[in-house]
Amino acid sequence: MAVRPVQVGQRIKRREDPRLIRGLATYTDDLRLPGMLHAAFVRSEYAAGRIARVEVSGALALPGVVAAFSYDDLRGEVGRTPIMALLPPDVMQDVEHPLLADGAVRYVGQPIAVVIALDRYTARDAAARVAVDIEPRDAVVDVERALEPDAPRVYEELADNVCARVPAEPAPDLDALFAEADHRLELRLVNQRVAPVPMEGRAVLAHWDEGSGKLNVWTSTQVPHAAKQEIAACLGIPDIRVRVVAPEVGGGFGCKIPVYGEECLLPWISRRLCRPVKWAETRTENLMATTHGRGHVEYLEAAFRSDGRVLALRGRTLAEVGAYPSYFGAAIGTFTQLMAPGCYQIRAVEWELVCVYTNTMATDAYRGAGRPEAAYAVERVMDAVAAELGLDPVEVRRRNLIPMDAFPYTTATGAVYDSGDYAAALDRALERFDYAAERAAQASARADGRLVGIGVATFTEICGLGPSQNETPSPKALAGTWESATVRVEPSGNVTILSGASPHGQGGETAYAQLAADALGIEIEAVEVLHGDTDVVQHGVGTFGSRGLVVGGSAVHLALERVVAKAGRIAAHLLDSVAEQVEFEGGEFRVRGTERTLPFRDVAKAAHLWNVPIPGEEPGLEAVAFFEPTATTFPFGAHICRVEVDRETGQVALERYVAVDDAGVIVNPLLAEGQRLGGIVQGLGQALCEQLVYDPSGQLQTATLMDYAMPRAAMFPRIELDSTCTPTDVNPLGAKGIGELGTIGSAPCVVSAVLDALAPLGVRHLDMPLVPERVWRAIRDATVRA
Amino acid sequence: MIPGEFEYAAPDSVKQAIELLRTPDAKLLAGGMSLIPALKHRLASPRLLIDLARIPALDGLGARRGRVTIGARVTHAALALCPELREHPIFAETARVIGDVQVRNRGTIGGSLVHADPAADWPAVFLALDGEVSAVGPNGERAIPAADFFTGILTSAVAADEIVTEVRMAPERKRAGAAYRKLRQPASGFALVGVAAEVVVDRRGRCARASVAVTGVNPVPFRAAGLEARLVGQVLDPERLRDACRAIDEVDPLDDLHASADYRRHLTSVYARRAVRAAYERATA
Repeated sequence: MAVRPVQVGQRIKRREDPRLIRGLATYTDDLRLPGMLHAAFVRSEYAAGRIARVEVSGALALPGVVAAFSYDDLRGEVGRTPIMALLPPDVMQDVEHPLLADGAVRYVGQPIAVVIALDRYTARDAAARVAVDIEPRDAVVDVERALEPDAPRVYEELADNVCARVPAEPAPDLDALFAEADHRLELRLVNQRVAPVPMEGRAVLAHWDEGSGKLNVWTSTQVPHAAKQEIAACLGIPDIRVRVVAPEVGGGFGCKIPVYGEECLLPWISRRLCRPVKWAETRTENLMATTHGRGHVEYLEAAFRSDGRVLALRGRTLAEVGAYPSYFGAAIGTFTQLMAPGCYQIRAVEWELVCVYTNTMATDAYRGAGRPEAAYAVERVMDAVAAELGLDPVEVRRRNLIPMDAFPYTTATGAVYDSGDYAAALDRALERFDYAAERAAQASARADGRLVGIGVATFTEICGLGPSQNETPSPKALAGTWESATVRVEPSGNVTILSGASPHGQGGETAYAQLAADALGIEIEAVEVLHGDTDVVQHGVGTFGSRGLVVGGSAVHLALERVVAKAGRIAAHLLDSVAEQVEFEGGEFRVRGTERTLPFRDVAKAAHLWNVPIPGEEPGLEAVAFFEPTATTFPFGAHICRVEVDRETGQVALERYVAVDDAGVIVNPLLAEGQRLGGIVQGLGQALCEQLVYDPSGQLQTATLMDYAMPRAAMFPRIELDSTCTPTDVNPLGAKGIGELGTIGSAPCVVSAVLDALAPLGVRHLDMPLVPERVWRAIRDATVRA
Repeated sequence: MIPGEFEYAAPDSVKQAIELLRTPDAKLLAGGMSLIPALKHRLASPRLLIDLARIPALDGLGARRGRVTIGARVTHAALALCPELREHPIFAETARVIGDVQVRNRGTIGGSLVHADPAADWPAVFLALDGEVSAVGPNGERAIPAADFFTGILTSAVAADEIVTEVRMAPERKRAGAAYRKLRQPASGFALVGVAAEVVVDRRGRCARASVAVTGVNPVPFRAAGLEARLVGQVLDPERLRDACRAIDEVDPLDDLHASADYRRHLTSVYARRAVRAAYERATA
């Protein structure tokens, strides 16, 4: 019997990396088609105003310019910019969102016109020659200011700047809990607007093939199948005449879930000109006109007992949706509402969400999408409770954690947590960190006048969304929250997996190949994984929300099971037995209790050769599966870190970081660690340096990476990773999702540490990002007060 | 991030480069770490780029009898690693905190000085060490001392028809030390404040001479003359140093997204103290 190479659980290097590292990967902007033209956008330099005139003749006069379009050319030809999350009309004031500005501009960077030329340099030169006259209006960029009655209105035709008001689910015993609590506290927290900044910006190549009457679109997206549907709908082309390909995609972090106006406009132009047209955004366009993340202000009231138990929370989120709600933009804050209690037994929660229009770029999903905001809020509550009562913040958390024997646990906001052992993760983190010793060292550092702080965060989040009926209330939804996979066995026994997910850096190709190698008992090299081409792959949903393995991998698993079942029936016939008597292990079918075996590859050959017909079976060996999650998963973790703050400058030095995460069953620890490190650093970036800043007139002050501060490796110590494993039974893999976990834990953890460092000075509050000047001011103000 | 059209030339001698520089709207390209982004953002649109990469005369680097001679095209990375400069750690410690690896591998000391970015690092060192540059133009070569070099934001005393060929600095060697300390602007890596200091001590360990230069704070890098005077004759113990650095008269700070004027003023005192202390420690070691 062949030795079964167990792939799942192995630290297998990513099969994607050799092409990525050697520069051999093909991104959208690497593609060149004969006769290809290049687009450049003319974008608004004003945050608010009426367009008096758009004149493209100057651009058209430049040699090499082929065409130029403004909204007048689109009128009646195309639909609105796609939107998925339309909340019900009693909740949301919807607005028109044209592909190019129609008479009004509402944020800096809004596309007004597009110029098409033989090369991108000429296109850019010509874009500068498009005359745009704008009569500026007052802009509003601050979310609190936008709600004041005399604030400038983003839409003159609307009564106010409220995009949507999602009321709190009433919690009947909330008032009573507040009344009986020993203490209450209030917090106002800013979860600042940040930019996703994938290494590859957005890029689109559209090719209307007049001969076949088919539209081909290559685009840097996380959701090629949705893009296909949206582009077809926007242009009024049957979906069967549209092919969308996500070639190599260099990261998304949520900002490539929206289907953007540019992704619809380029196809329209290609059809109009019968030429391929390409556009790749610049980094400034990426910072200005690709969706942003976060952008919340949270107001919290907590009721708690003298022993540190938090009884009830009242919350209100103001969420900036920008000038035009993006694809999921208006719905992101609903995850904050749902996940408000975090990993704690809080008996009553009421949380209102107000989505607010401002003269800014839209916000949408960004690594965690609403859950980091929730975790940050409740973690700040835990720290505030500890500070108020003079308790150890670890102890306060421990007293509030949902105990292991309480699962499945229904939270105060109605989420059903299937499984978890939060205390175990916390214990592991404390042990790994050597908490007692660290606290002792901190005490002596404090005695020397040093500002050393220890921070902790315990958290959970929601991944692998489903079932579909729960997650797709929007009338605009085009697909549920399932995922698809085809397993196609070649006559050789080699296997091609077609995944409906769309991995873009996570390593999905490696993980899916591991699943197949184990299920079929073949070498991992015998598995090819394809995704992202809607003409190649069955309909699918995409990669976002930590679903690539949880949902996408489960679909692969189901399809593999079907292939094995059919191969088993064929093998049984060839072995003169019946399916019930045949077992499959290590790549071999065997009649139970005998030495009669047949390798999987021989079955594959027989299935295609079909010279021995199998009664009741069709030739071939291929299966498609659509995995519908019956419930969501709730990975969790406990992070602890140490910082030292430079008293004179306010600089924060992160000195140790221990992360214990639990994402259930791990298919590839190497990939999981990569996801966690990247996620942790992304959260640290928000906590310590990243922020998008609009000035009061709506100009983006951080439109290049010279001003928008990304986290860098040199800023951080080696991050110490450990994990626990609490499997879930809501999917066949037992996996819970890992992409967003680190980000959710790390921002509150490091803020907790900095506040701890400054506690001896009496500093109780800081908002992110904890840039040196902000920390220095807090130290100075506290020193002056003292 | 797409530049306008320009011509490109890569002369192989300073003489040819000076000849090409007569072209209207011509611009010299050294490492390109500031110029290329300016081109991409269309903040600069020269008609001709004259690449200095093929002029070997600009690549020299050496230290002899306390005189450090650095070709204008020498990169930050080369300065970080140069064995001849080991005696003067201020060069490596400044070079190492510039930008990132890619910037250090491409960016040059001559380019940095001539570009005169108010937050660049070398200007502080150049001023503190009383350096000078050689500038060659149609009328020959002249020396421009550091004190006369920086004339405004992004402007220097180098004339439009001149090329800086060499940077010279003469750090003290006897009972002397020099150091550079900075706080990085987290996005760009430029200095929110950068202070270079050189201290010479007498036999009794008192400060005999001090020079302190500040970048990143004012629109133009400057020497902190008042502070220098306060340091002379002192044993620089922490308390005295703190007092001496408390207020720096020349500070007239920039105020931007990354640091308010207040904060820059405060940082100048902190970093002046740190740089002087480090220089003093080297001088007395």
